[in-house]
Amino acid sequence: MKYLFLFVALTVANAALADDGMLILQKRCVSCHEISGPAAQSVQELWQRKGPDLFYAGSKYNAEWLEKWLVKPRRIRPAGHHPIQHTQPGKKRDMVDTTTLMSHPALSPSDAEEVTEALMKLKSSAEMMGTAVFKGGSISVSFGEMVFDKFNGCMACHEIEPGYGGLSGPEVYTAAKRYQADYLVSFITDPQAWNPKTPMPNRHVSAPNIQKIVQYLQALAKENWDEKK
Amino acid sequence: MRKNKLFLTLFVSLLMLSSAAWSDDAEDNYKNYCWQCHGMTGDGMGLNVQDMSVQPRDHTSAKAMGGRSDADLFKVIKEGGLAIDKSVLMPPWRNSLSDDEIHDLVKYLRKLCQCG
Repeated sequence: MKYLFLFVALTVANAALADDGMLILQKRCVSCHEISGPAAQSVQELWQRKGPDLFYAGSKYNAEWLEKWLVKPRRIRPAGHHPIQHTQPGKKRDMVDTTTLMSHPALSPSDAEEVTEALMKLKSSAEMMGTAVFKGGSISVSFGEMVFDKFNGCMACHEIEPGYGGLSGPEVYTAAKRYQADYLVSFITDPQAWNPKTPMPNRHVSAPNIQKIVQYLQALAKENWDEKK
Repeated sequence: MRKNKLFLTLFVSLLMLSSAAWSDDAEDNYKNYCWQCHGMTGDGMGLNVQDMSVQPRDHTSAKAMGGRSDADLFKVIKEGGLAIDKSVLMPPWRNSLSDDEIHDLVKYLRKLCQCG
């Protein structure tokens, strides 16, 4: 009986946190983030969205990482959310115009807890997630890098450590901290199911190699490059 | 009854249209999928080139692009670099672009290189 009471009290407290978080989301976040869906259906519509869609945040992010990041946000995409809006032709190559990059506002610890609670309730549809899941296992960073870069060319757009790799996509050395493993498997399997206009291509990576890539991202995350920056 | 069928067909068609992603023009597609490696001006010196093991093709060069047929360009965009024995760094875009959009991109590339 005592445990039932505790369970009910915790459930009510979590629901209250999520309600408060949703109010904050609606007041402070919706001008840049889509929290109801659907994903952008044209490139122009995509470019108008200032931040990533959050209407499936609960199926995408790791709650622990999300809450910490909201208190102390740091840049994940070296060239911003839409790099085309922050790049200029340079002498040797196109360069990021850092003066145009905006920082994400920081939330108080209590607001971050409430917002995270609300975001984790926003789940993707079954169609988006598909049936592939992460099956566990591990791989060395060096072998993983071969699968990621040599066999599939992913490093062309993604940094695998600060200052090494492509700049147009988000850094991947923190990807496994940020994202749920099943989301990573699903997104690599079919990026367009999540976002029809994402610049991330479907490379038709084999299912076993997708498992290896997620294992690699997990091994890479343990190197804690973000804490060394 | 016939009128009802017509309305139903119209309604279903509208539903299908509203749920399908739009077809984008070639310039928007170039600026969403191609420019980060091939460059804002198409000169092959994009944002990502610094650590790339193979340099992207210069789309403004008639010399570099002149040797490629429209069919080759269509194939490499749709199926990726390996499909024409080129680099794995060029991904296949068939899940992002329709065949019509790829044909439009081939025409756009011909404008950039002023060749073909």
